[in-house]
Amino acid sequence: MEKKDIFYPDTVPILLYNKHIEYLKHVSCSSYGNSYDFKSTESIRMSGIYWCLTALDITHSLKEFLQKPANNSDSISEEERIVNFLLQCYNPDGGFGAAVGHDSHMLYTLSAVQILVLLRKLDLVDKHKIARFISTLQQVDGSFAGDNKYSEIDSRFSFCAIACLYLLSLLDAFDLQKHPSSPFGIDTNKAVDFVLKCQNFDGGFGTVPGSESHAGQVYCCIGVLTITRALHKIDTDLLAWWLCERQLPSGRLGGLNGRPEKLPDVCYCWWVLSSLKMLGRLHWINKEALIFYIRACQDPETGGISDRPGDCCDPFHTLFGLAGLQLLGAASELQEINAVFCLPQYVVDAIEEDCCLDQLRAHRDKNAK
Amino acid sequence: MAESSSDESETTFQLYKDRKEWKDVVPVPQDDGEQPIVAIDYTEQFKDVFDYFRAVLQSGEKSERALELTKDAAALNPANYTVWQYRREILKALNKDLNEEMDFIEKIIVYNQPKNYQVWHHRKVIVEWLQEASKEKYLTETVLAKDAKNYHAWQHRQWIIKTFNLYEGELEYIDSLISDDIRNNSAWNQRYFVVMGTTGFTEEVLDREIDYTLSSIKVVTENESAWNYLRGVLLHDKCGLSRNKKVTDFCQDLYNSGNRSPFLLALIVDMCSEQVSQGNKDPLYNLEMAKTLCKELAEKYDTVRAKYWEYIAETVDKKSNKEDSQVDAEQ
Repeated sequence: MEKKDIFYPDTVPILLYNKHIEYLKHVSCSSYGNSYDFKSTESIRMSGIYWCLTALDITHSLKEFLQKPANNSDSISEEERIVNFLLQCYNPDGGFGAAVGHDSHMLYTLSAVQILVLLRKLDLVDKHKIARFISTLQQVDGSFAGDNKYSEIDSRFSFCAIACLYLLSLLDAFDLQKHPSSPFGIDTNKAVDFVLKCQNFDGGFGTVPGSESHAGQVYCCIGVLTITRALHKIDTDLLAWWLCERQLPSGRLGGLNGRPEKLPDVCYCWWVLSSLKMLGRLHWINKEALIFYIRACQDPETGGISDRPGDCCDPFHTLFGLAGLQLLGAASELQEINAVFCLPQYVVDAIEEDCCLDQLRAHRDKNAK
Repeated sequence: MAESSSDESETTFQLYKDRKEWKDVVPVPQDDGEQPIVAIDYTEQFKDVFDYFRAVLQSGEKSERALELTKDAAALNPANYTVWQYRREILKALNKDLNEEMDFIEKIIVYNQPKNYQVWHHRKVIVEWLQEASKEKYLTETVLAKDAKNYHAWQHRQWIIKTFNLYEGELEYIDSLISDDIRNNSAWNQRYFVVMGTTGFTEEVLDREIDYTLSSIKVVTENESAWNYLRGVLLHDKCGLSRNKKVTDFCQDLYNSGNRSPFLLALIVDMCSEQVSQGNKDPLYNLEMAKTLCKELAEKYDTVRAKYWEYIAETVDKKSNKEDSQVDAEQ
């Protein structure tokens, strides 16, 4: 019954800011597209692009990257290449697939909308059509399916739906509670009810009612409750305690795990931190210990961040590691990140969705410690 | 045919572009909108299979050979949800024997991809079509024997149990897992799930579960899962967190024996908080005790969460002041 532990390095580097930019540019550019790593991750491509572009933006490197010619010799820019790809993934049903020829899916629809918002290119798509696609995925119990064929249910998809509608500035317009005779829309109350049912006895949230509490699912559920202004319906202190229990002190390092007795992982640093931020309890984490942990997960040779010290890095963990450091106030070089959408704050500020904006702003100001 | 599947890895894979029976199909290369300027270095087999898969997807072919093709594609990239979607459509169109499909997916889950969303979802869909769940408990047990915390396996198991009413024997199974690893949070979560889905926390069950949990805590006092479970059980105690004699006696004994597990102290703090909120002047579970323990937790026993403990001390203090001022107001 020994407790497992991770490898702890002797020294921890400072934030390798320029190295990470180098890494991100390398994995984002078109010529990387020939590697096996790239080809074999086709079924999550849309999310991969979102991770890379967001990380580039918070490191102030996005504009320069987008203007670069694709493949060093083509007449189109990286931005145009990405937009073309995105539009090819935009399916007739209004949703987006992970890559060209893939079925529409809630996860990749959110990633696509996040990218379009980041690039300020939402006008290239029919926002109402996307919102209609999302609304068709809501089930009778308020939950959301991932696709309209074989309906996998997961509280992650509830977050995708609500966040997407907000980013499209259509959350209000598609709220059946407010427009009951509208032919398309979602029942926000039922969506919230389903999410509340996913809360467990320990205060955490799982995939579906009864599923074990998991930090990733917590982020999604709290995201829904924050955007829909329903946070008051849960015992926030109990949940915040469960979240700060994720911290595993070990020497100077204090990484976060996703559920009790599991190993720490940089991505949980994001899911837990952003949730605590939304709950106004970010200060309950020992910041120094967590900062050390994230910095220990950097790759000093290639740049990029991995899940644990010594492991291979990838764009997913790089984004969440950087975003985590920014939330902790340990990286003044980075752009401010929004905890709800994991997009730069300035991007979220530009969204015109009055019904929720004040609430999110109020939260932000309250948490500005 | 079933035997040859286990030999697949040993026979040489023949590229689809070299197969006579696929001559009528024009493969569709991946279109990411770029012109590669360096030689392609991902495996030729991967490219070949997916070029043909794209072709079949575009033409809408739903044949035996297309079904085989989805098998190869799924084996190369099990996370490709479009492959699985299409495979399901072919299975339906050809009215295939779904029991064979069950064998196929079982092998992938158990030997290959136990942590993949798509394979578990595929299994769920096939089980739904067959309305046949007799193999599912065994399947999840096989996976959990290798990784007792596999989230997908637990989720599938909960769905099976709930949908097909297969709660029987589950508490015993959970017990065996907890014996193997007393800190298995998934198993403790499952215990709560089973009780809620069967008897509920009646007085008798409450008592039984408290006994179970306290004996578990005796073995390992630093077990977050057991303490969380105990709190979960006490949520159903009409008298609240702080008046279950078995629990309070246990906590006092443990504390008096010198144990300072942060989970023990945290529970005592919450008991104090409850008593204070109710305006009781308990000799033990009071503001004084709460503040003392919070200080010890912040400074010594759970320093990483110092800020949390400071907040809790303040909160209990505020509750106490509120109670006092209400009493004053009434007088």
